[in-house]
Amino acid sequence: MSWLDLLTDYTFQNVVIGASLLGLISGPLGCFAVLRRQSLLGDAISHAALPGICLSFIITGSRDIGGIMIGALVTGSLAALLMLLLTRKSRLKTDAGLGVCLSLFFAVGIVLLTYIQGTSNASQGGLEAFLFGQAAATLRSDLWVMGGVTLVTLSLLAAFWKQAKLVTFDAEYARTLGMPTTAIEATLTAMVALAVVVGLQMVGVILMAAMIVAPAAAARQWSRHLGSMLAIAAGVGIVSGVSGATISTLSRGLATGPLIVLTATIIVLLSLALAPNRGLLWGIVKHYRQKAELQKRQLLYTLYKHPTRPATRRSTLSARLTLARLKRQGYLIRSQGEAGWGLTATGQAKARQVVATFEEVAP
Amino acid sequence: MTKTGNAEPALSIKNLTVSYHNQPVLWDIDLDIPAGVMAGIVGPNGAGKSTLIKSILGLVPSLSGEVQVHGKSYASQRKRVGYVPQRSSVDWDFPTTALDIVIMGLYGRLGWFKRPRRKERQEAMEALEMVGMSEMANRQISQLSGGQQQRVFLARALVQKADVYFLDEPMAGVDATTERAIIDILRRLRDEGKTVIVVHHDLQTVSTYFDWLLLLNVRVIASGNAKEVFKIDHLRKAYGGQIALLGDSESLMFSASKVT
Repeated sequence: MSWLDLLTDYTFQNVVIGASLLGLISGPLGCFAVLRRQSLLGDAISHAALPGICLSFIITGSRDIGGIMIGALVTGSLAALLMLLLTRKSRLKTDAGLGVCLSLFFAVGIVLLTYIQGTSNASQGGLEAFLFGQAAATLRSDLWVMGGVTLVTLSLLAAFWKQAKLVTFDAEYARTLGMPTTAIEATLTAMVALAVVVGLQMVGVILMAAMIVAPAAAARQWSRHLGSMLAIAAGVGIVSGVSGATISTLSRGLATGPLIVLTATIIVLLSLALAPNRGLLWGIVKHYRQKAELQKRQLLYTLYKHPTRPATRRSTLSARLTLARLKRQGYLIRSQGEAGWGLTATGQAKARQVVATFEEVAP
Repeated sequence: MTKTGNAEPALSIKNLTVSYHNQPVLWDIDLDIPAGVMAGIVGPNGAGKSTLIKSILGLVPSLSGEVQVHGKSYASQRKRVGYVPQRSSVDWDFPTTALDIVIMGLYGRLGWFKRPRRKERQEAMEALEMVGMSEMANRQISQLSGGQQQRVFLARALVQKADVYFLDEPMAGVDATTERAIIDILRRLRDEGKTVIVVHHDLQTVSTYFDWLLLLNVRVIASGNAKEVFKIDHLRKAYGGQIALLGDSESLMFSASKVT
C-alpha cells in the first residue's frame, strides 16, 4: 500500500483523526490529573466506564456512540464520586479506595457484558471491543462527537485556566481567595472522565489510563510552565496516537489501541532518560562530572601542599585515571624526582586557586 | 499608629470550637486581636495552632463559633486577608516560576476571567524585590531552597495588599538570613498599621519578635500583651511538664518542648 493510498484510505483517515483527538484531550487533562496526584483516578474512571457502556446498550439497544459515551460518563463519574466518598468518610486510604471502586465497577461491567452476550442480540456484536478499543470501527459520525467533546472541554479549560492552575497547585490558598475549589476540583475530575469517554472507541477501557498518565509524565520532563506542559502533553498524545494508528494499519491486524499506548510509553521512557536537567542520564553525567572535578581539586591540593612526598606504590585505578587526565589537561608532568608527578605552571596557578577557595571555606 | 482606629479589633473570634472525630482540637476560643500588632500564636505540638488559622479562614469546618475581621464577617472581608500557608503544604515540583506563584496572589482581585497582564507582573516583581528574590523571578520553583520558597510564599501574600496577614510557621526550616528578612518585612507591615498573625514554634525568639501573644493549648491559656503573657506560669500551663527553665523567669531554656 503506497502512502498516497494510505492517506486517502477512509478507515485510516478516521483512525488517525480519532487518535489525534484522543491525544489532544487526554494529554492536557492528564497533566492536571498527574499534578493533582490523581493519575490512578483516570484508571478507576476508565474501568468504571464498562458497566455504563453495557447499561446504555441494554437501555437503547444500539451501539450508538452518543449513548455509549453518556453511559460511560455516568458510571465513570459515579466511581470517582464513590471513591472520594470512601476515602473522606471511611478509614480507607486513597489507593485502597481506588482499588475497591475500580474492581467493583469493572466486575459489574463484565457481568453485564456476559449477560448481553447471553441474550444473543444481533446488534450486540463487538461490544467487548470496548475493552481494548476497536479503532478501525470508528465512523465519521463518531469523530464529530469526539471532536465536539474535545472542543468543549478544552475551551472550558482555557476559560477557567487561572482557577484550574491555582487549585491544582494550592487548593487551600485558592479557597482563601474565594474560589469555589470543590466545584473546580469536581469539574477537573469530570473532565478526566470526558477524556476517558473520548478514548473508549480508540484504546478501550483497560488501557485508557495510560493515555491519561503517559503524555503528562513525558511532558513534565520537558516543560518549565504549566502551559507548555499541557501543549507538550497534547503533542505527545497526538504523536503517539498517529504513529500507533499508522503502525497498526501498515502491519495489518495489529491492535491499534495497544500500539498507541506502547508508542506513548516509549516516549515516556525516552523523556525520563534524556530530558535536560530532569532526565536520568543528565543526572548520571552531572554526578560523574562533579566527582571528577572534586578529585582533580583534591589531587592538585595535595601536590601543591606536599610536593616532595613520594607517591604511594599502590595507587587505585581511579587515582591513576585522574592523574592521567590532569596530565592530558596540562596541569601535571611526570617528573624525574621521588614524587613521580609534578605540577606544571598552569597546574601551580590552578592549585593556588583551589587552595585559596578551600581555605576560605575551612580556615 | 493606624488611622482605621485601634478600638475595633482586627480579628475577633467568639466561641470557636473545632473537633476532629469527636476529639476537640480547639475548645471554646474567645479572642480579640487588636489592629496594628504583630501577634504570635504559640503552643505545644498538637495545640491546634495551625487549625486555629485554618478554621478562621474557613479551610477547616468548625463546630461552632463566629469570626469577624475588622468588624465584619470573614467571608465579606476576604480581600483584606492575606494567607501564607505552611511551605510543606504544596508540591514544589509544580512546573512554574517564582514570579508566576506570586502572581497567583492577584487572582482574587482579577476575578473570574481576567488574565494577569503587565501591571500584575510589575506588582509581583515589586513583591519579589521586597523579599529579596527579584533575581529568582524566572527560576523554576523546584530549584528554590526552603528559605527561598518561603519568601516566594510571603511575596504572594504581600501582593494581596491585605490588612490582616496570617502566617503558618513561616520560620520553620528556613535559614537565618531568611528568618531575618521575613521578620523585617513583617515588622514593616506592622508599622504600616497592618495586623500580622504568626504561628510560631520557637519560644526563644517569641519575646523579641512579637508584641502581642496568644498561648494556646486547645483552649486559650493566655492572650494579650506579649510581656504579660510570656510568663513562666502561663508557659507551664500551656506546655505542661515539658518545659525546663534556667535562671530568672524571663530566660527560658527548653528541650522537651522543641521537638520538630
